[in-house]
Amino acid sequence: MNNTYFDLLDYMIYGTAILIILIGLYGALVKKSLIKIVIGLSVVDSGVNLLIVAIGYLKGGTAPIFSPGYLANPIKMVDPVPQALVLTAIVIGFGVTAVALALVIRLYRHHGTLNIDEIKDLKW
Amino acid sequence: MIYFILISVLVVLIIGAAVYAIRQKDLLYAVIATGIISLILSILFYMLQAPDVALTEAAIGVALTTIIFIITIRNTVRFEDERDKKDKFKSAVK
Amino acid sequence: MKKIIVIILLGTLGFYTAHTFFDIGFGFPHFEHGIKDVYLQKTVSDLKVSNTVTSIVVNFRGFDTLGEVTVLFLAVTALGGILYKRRHEVGERSVLFSASSIVTSGSKLLFPAIILLGVYVFIHGHLSPGGGFQGGTIIATGFLLMLLTYENYSVNHTVLSLVESLAGIAFAGIGLLGFMHGGTFLQNFIEPGVLNNLFSGGVIPIIYIMVGFKVGAELTGVIYTVLHEKG
Repeated sequence: MNNTYFDLLDYMIYGTAILIILIGLYGALVKKSLIKIVIGLSVVDSGVNLLIVAIGYLKGGTAPIFSPGYLANPIKMVDPVPQALVLTAIVIGFGVTAVALALVIRLYRHHGTLNIDEIKDLKW
Repeated sequence: MIYFILISVLVVLIIGAAVYAIRQKDLLYAVIATGIISLILSILFYMLQAPDVALTEAAIGVALTTIIFIITIRNTVRFEDERDKKDKFKSAVK
Repeated sequence: MKKIIVIILLGTLGFYTAHTFFDIGFGFPHFEHGIKDVYLQKTVSDLKVSNTVTSIVVNFRGFDTLGEVTVLFLAVTALGGILYKRRHEVGERSVLFSASSIVTSGSKLLFPAIILLGVYVFIHGHLSPGGGFQGGTIIATGFLLMLLTYENYSVNHTVLSLVESLAGIAFAGIGLLGFMHGGTFLQNFIEPGVLNNLFSGGVIPIIYIMVGFKVGAELTGVIYTVLHEKG
């Protein structure tokens, strides 16, 4: 009985991450408002980060930190490489969001609207 | 068992917040929903044995990204279909 | 119509992605002898660093971190360029109502504690969870609190760019010093010391403190630039 729960748990984290990515992509593709598109892209970012961290997880594993007074076994530690990857990806994601929102503000200053159907001319 | 229940609640909350963030017409509420996504994501990172990533996500996703979205909404429009409610509610965020 | 096409496309994408990841499997080691084992073993035996994520970010993959910090610097520069205004157009920040005295005194009380937490997190980056990126973002959060509470609180832009440039130069300079000691770029040339001591790990804590200063200054600059934009 306990085993079935954990079988379900296996698929749950991956499923959640993929579902979040799909929801964010749907928002970025369908919505008309530019801020909504940036929100969708930031949701996709969260989903990808969760997916990458979930690959490195080890059942019953510990965090990859050697504490004093605690005999840590390197075999039972989760993979630290995806964590190091995601750590920098989050900070870069914030930079990307900030630049995208600055572009949104600049577009609004010139056109007075954020609807992408109304912003047609290519010149600023 | 308690671990399973906790993860299920978090998963339902995070998917609900994602759907709400995409479907909500009021952009301010949608931004708050993205903040909630980041908060739950940080708890999930902690449960996946990644405390470093959880710290970063908590500081950046919850505080800084949310505030930068709110400043953008204050400077532009609050609603998704701006033609209907252009001047009615715009001053509410200022 | 457009929605239906998008849903069909995303359904296909989601099905194949889920299929791939469920084949990979969740929660067991994917390789017999991966690079993970080498990193976990060398971080204790050679580098004397407790936190393996720190040793990967700063030492094993230190060059990537240098590039990543450069990307962040470019993002801040692009933000300043996009939101550029002539000097006489920059006005006061518009606020609906000023903060009450509870908020002002509370945030004045909290601000040193937040900065202290940030500094603690990036000084102990090689011993406990945390490091330069986390500490830098916590410091930026403290400045954000002050900027939101006091409408004419201002950060000195010269000091910000000076801190950022000096930290970046120090990072690259420490990397170049590795060449002089007969090694490669970002070689760990200081004696590592004893595991779990504050002064251990060679150049790793120094580089991570520099990264902390740089990230904190950059994110504070981003928030300051965007907050003083008036629509």
